[in-house]
Amino acid sequence: MPTLLDKVWDLHTVRRLPTGQTQLFIGLHLIHEVTTPQAFAMLRERGISPAFPDRIFGTMDHIIPTSSLRRPAADPVAEEMIATLEANCRTHHIPLFGLGDDHQGIVHVIGPELGLTQPGMTIACGDSHTSTHGAFGALAFGIGTSQVRDVLGSQCLAMDKPKLRRVRFEGRPGPGVTAKDLALAMIRQLGVNGGVGYAYEYTGEAIDRMTMDERMTLCNLSIEGGARMGYVNPDDTTFAYLKGRPHAPVGAAWDRAVAWWRTLASDAGAAADDEQTIDVSRIAPVVTWGTNPGQSVAVDEPIPDPAPLPPGEREAAIEALQFMGFEAGESVQGRQVDVAFIGSCTNARLSDLREAADIVRGQRVARHVRGLVVPGSREVQRAAEREGLHEVFLQAGFEWREPGCSLCLGMNDDKLSGAQTCASSSNRNFRGRQGSPTGRTLLMSPAMVAAAAVAGQVVDVRRAVPRGGAVQ
Amino acid sequence: MSGARIVTASGRVLPLVGDDIDTDRIMPARHLRAITFDGLERHLFGDDRAHAAREGLVHPVDDPRFAGAQLMVVNKNFGCGSSREHAPQAIVRWGIRGIIGESFSEIFFGNAVMLGLPAVTAAPADVAALQAAVAADPTLEAQLDLEAMRVTAGALSIPVALPAAARDALMTGRWDGLSLLLHDFDEVAAAAARLPYLRDFA
Repeated sequence: MPTLLDKVWDLHTVRRLPTGQTQLFIGLHLIHEVTTPQAFAMLRERGISPAFPDRIFGTMDHIIPTSSLRRPAADPVAEEMIATLEANCRTHHIPLFGLGDDHQGIVHVIGPELGLTQPGMTIACGDSHTSTHGAFGALAFGIGTSQVRDVLGSQCLAMDKPKLRRVRFEGRPGPGVTAKDLALAMIRQLGVNGGVGYAYEYTGEAIDRMTMDERMTLCNLSIEGGARMGYVNPDDTTFAYLKGRPHAPVGAAWDRAVAWWRTLASDAGAAADDEQTIDVSRIAPVVTWGTNPGQSVAVDEPIPDPAPLPPGEREAAIEALQFMGFEAGESVQGRQVDVAFIGSCTNARLSDLREAADIVRGQRVARHVRGLVVPGSREVQRAAEREGLHEVFLQAGFEWREPGCSLCLGMNDDKLSGAQTCASSSNRNFRGRQGSPTGRTLLMSPAMVAAAAVAGQVVDVRRAVPRGGAVQ
Repeated sequence: MSGARIVTASGRVLPLVGDDIDTDRIMPARHLRAITFDGLERHLFGDDRAHAAREGLVHPVDDPRFAGAQLMVVNKNFGCGSSREHAPQAIVRWGIRGIIGESFSEIFFGNAVMLGLPAVTAAPADVAALQAAVAADPTLEAQLDLEAMRVTAGALSIPVALPAAARDALMTGRWDGLSLLLHDFDEVAAAAARLPYLRDFA
């Protein structure tokens, strides 16, 4: 009885390589401006052109400014990287959603919203958060630049098939508890390297009830638990999301697609190499206190004492506490924040912005806090503006930006300075991640970021919600 | 196209102690602002080195005793986080020809092998012993031998592991795999033609 992993892997297997690895066909290759210029250059050196240019789609997200769409970009390096991707896509007839394009945005936001991401595909991109697309029942994973070259040149990768770990989310989340909290709680439980060698299959009642946006948030964070890919078996929620999207099949082709997609889910009783269960009803909103996404606590739980940890982990925890300016036993609540960032491929979709807007509506960002809302895509931005969410954020004192990766990784002007503390809806709290070597990142859900922005400090969103507030 | 056959690497050993050293630490994102990999080695562990200097310490990368090191020893889950190939590129460009660690993130490991950089694993106790030996004598020379699958350093000789596919690719000089993938393009085209989403409802 095969799993989805087995079915999709076998379908895309070109051949077994002499090395013992699988030559895997990549059904969709997404590219952006930062991890591809060297790959195109390597191909040029060999006189090779992309093999399947119609299965490659480009966008710009990592280095582009989110303050202005002006060209040439004020930052000459950004301009060079933008122009290089434009030239490479033009030369090779690769569709590109460039700066100012209606479909531009963070690569893991636009793939799904355009309907490019579909069940049963293999999807690769030079970005580790490609695992996001697994929400649709695709095998989707990040690759390095030499592998981008390989996919451009052959539409294939040499891969080892991962083992499968089934993570069952039982029960229902309490109020104020989001997919982000479920993911962070899972990473804390299974470890930041617990998933190395595995694909994660997410199942259970909580997953069945999740929206596609929530499933994307969860799958996005698979890599933070060490799993290069994570997926949800496709179901009616998946199909309903895709119907009518620009690249989704239409008419009779839609019916054929759905009929095939329905065959993809893991067979009932299909065995996994490992099974884990997470009781969702016991999860509270989560905040990270350390310098990796596994170093987290429930918002109402003290920061654990590193003393009982095994050597290695203990030193790492002590170092992380020092870096973050926290002490064991302390509460994360009350920690003053300097910057509040709502954005990134993890949490910058329309539903995320709605949840954050519900918290800030009629409120003001605390005087000492800089608040930034960076929509995940042009489409998200436009949809939010149609609902007036931008007004909610602007009136509260947030900046309302153009779409891009922005302060998640600090490649453009959006950076922390000095030892600022940032309440962030992004995915990594690594040292230096947000552009300042001494900057401190607290990962949390968009609603928690919004609440922190208003309070000027970390608070429990379950108590911060105004009467009649809309956190579900 | 094939590369050099990689069987051994030897020299001093650069120690990077700690679990979960992510690629943002190895190569902060602001140094990804370029369309080539040239000069990346200058920024290897850039923030950590600056931090050490501020504290009056010397980061191993800046320690003259490790200058010219060809091997690196690390702990658990090295290279986790971002898929940026800039991290192993910088390590190779700095001069490292082999990494010994307790474990590696998958994406980092794959990137390393594609650059001809063996990333071999060893038992935690053996990694600790190698780290201790290097701490006691930073001039200690070690040899990584993919034939024997061992690392030797002075009196120390520890077994190491590397997946067979990566080992074969390195030892036969086929670690740059694009030619292998293009070997029979008809097969690739046939695989594409079998896919329902390209054939039935594209």
